[in-house]
Amino acid sequence: MTMQLMTEVKHATNGNAPIKVDVKDLNVYYGKFRALAGINLAVREKQITAIIGPSGCGKSTLLRSFNRMNDLTPGSRVEGEIALDGENLYAAGVDVVDIRRRVGMVFQRPNPFPKSIYDNVAYGPRLYGIRGKADLDGIVERSLHSAALWDEVKDKLGQSGFSLSGGQQQRLCIARALAVEPEVILMDEPASALDPISTLRIEELMHDLAHSYTIIIVTHNMQQAARVSDFTAMMMIDDQRAGRMIEYDQTNVIFTRPQDKRTEDYVTGRFG
Amino acid sequence: MSTFAELMLRHRTARMRTRKITNGAMLALTGLLTALALVPLFWIVGYVIVRGGRSINLAFFINMPTPLGVSGGGVRSAIEGTLVITLLAAVFAIPPGVLAAFYAARYPNRPLGVVLRFSTDVLAGVPSIVVGLFAYAVLVVPMGHYSGLAGGAALALLMLPTIIRTTEEMLKLVPGTLREASLGLGAPEWKTSLSVLFPAAANGIITGFLLALARAAGETAPLLMTALGNERFDLGQIVTSGIQGHQSAFAILGRIVNQPVDSLPLALWKYAQQPYPERVEQSWGVALVLMIFVLVINIATRLWAQNRARKLKG
Repeated sequence: MTMQLMTEVKHATNGNAPIKVDVKDLNVYYGKFRALAGINLAVREKQITAIIGPSGCGKSTLLRSFNRMNDLTPGSRVEGEIALDGENLYAAGVDVVDIRRRVGMVFQRPNPFPKSIYDNVAYGPRLYGIRGKADLDGIVERSLHSAALWDEVKDKLGQSGFSLSGGQQQRLCIARALAVEPEVILMDEPASALDPISTLRIEELMHDLAHSYTIIIVTHNMQQAARVSDFTAMMMIDDQRAGRMIEYDQTNVIFTRPQDKRTEDYVTGRFG
Repeated sequence: MSTFAELMLRHRTARMRTRKITNGAMLALTGLLTALALVPLFWIVGYVIVRGGRSINLAFFINMPTPLGVSGGGVRSAIEGTLVITLLAAVFAIPPGVLAAFYAARYPNRPLGVVLRFSTDVLAGVPSIVVGLFAYAVLVVPMGHYSGLAGGAALALLMLPTIIRTTEEMLKLVPGTLREASLGLGAPEWKTSLSVLFPAAANGIITGFLLALARAAGETAPLLMTALGNERFDLGQIVTSGIQGHQSAFAILGRIVNQPVDSLPLALWKYAQQPYPERVEQSWGVALVLMIFVLVINIATRLWAQNRARKLKG
């Protein structure tokens, strides 16, 4: 019931929200190649932050630094720090599993596991030892509700996740991420593989989720960034092909009176 | 004076006609050659069914072989032996094959992965009789006698490359983001592999197992030097006498694998060379049973894989 009430309150930009994730002087290397150079970015709590910029500018690399997914790429190395609630994710002795629980991720293409709808959502909670049927039932229902998918799948939880449409699969993946109650949700072009109506549903869902979660989204789609985000970070590559942060401000500022000429050219479609 | 458009039209009609004729001729040719390529298959299958069908009846499946001149003989020993040997081969080949394939798929560029892929290709090219000779040298000679165990080991070596290759390819087909999604929820690598990667690739992997098995079940050469053949191999008798003698399951299993066993290809080979028409006739029956055995594995595999794919799609 509370879930339904929440969705009716429109999410609003709050320029004074506390800082949830603080990136300080971040450099990311793949072998000798520096993919990100000197990134500084303060992501505000329960706001939607969009990362935009031309292809190959390091948007995804930056996004994948927030849950240490870059660790999986052989030869990757990180300098500088990313603080989640003030604690550096890259400090020695940090538990990567704990970070990945607190920072969830949704991918470009819907990627449900080859399991039933129920088991897809219950996968995360089971990893953390939750086995009781009543407990899991509750988590699955709540997560699917939060992902605006419950009504469509409540009668076929035992069916394969692949039986859903692309847009539904993506919402299933969001429900799967929500099931472990993350604080931050990373979305890597979550709607680029979906049709316009499914895209709209995902964007509405993001607004709902921003009541409870901090969302960071990478997008190629200017209109999408303008529609959904509260803050926008503009990235570009420098002459060494390293990704740099050009400008970061509230979305309405970036799209109406950007400080940097390159941002203006990019958001008005003059290049990129 | 004709305009360009008129000239083009006239020429086009002519060109279209030759094009249609060429198209028809090539289509007919490819169809003919396809049919030609299928002739041996249907010829073999049809011939074996006709010749073998004569000696096949229920008794042929359930009776032990009888001495020459005694009617009602069957090939139960060969059927049981083939089951024992192929099962043993699967048990020997599948676990190491799957783990090796997992390693190769996961770390394709590490030295061990490179060596593994190269040696798999080499092993796939080794003639089966050489594999049989190898099993003879390292198992039959030290044990002092032929055995089903040695036969299973030889067939396992032959199955290994197929299993490694198909499993590796199937694992590689699983999208990388599926793995990242699982790790992104905080799952450890082993859990991700076991509950996401392998289930996603299971169809192809298991199809690979069974095709390798079907192929190995028809091998003769390596069994000549390992399983030898044994017309008195009687699974039921070994098990009942073992139970009556209060032997442990382990001891009974030992007796099954530690003696020479018969197999369908061996029986076929042996019967076909004998100078007695009765035996030659039986060898056609054995050929039919072997073919049914392999076909059943093949068809069952495909049906199972299709069914599972349909279920996953919902």
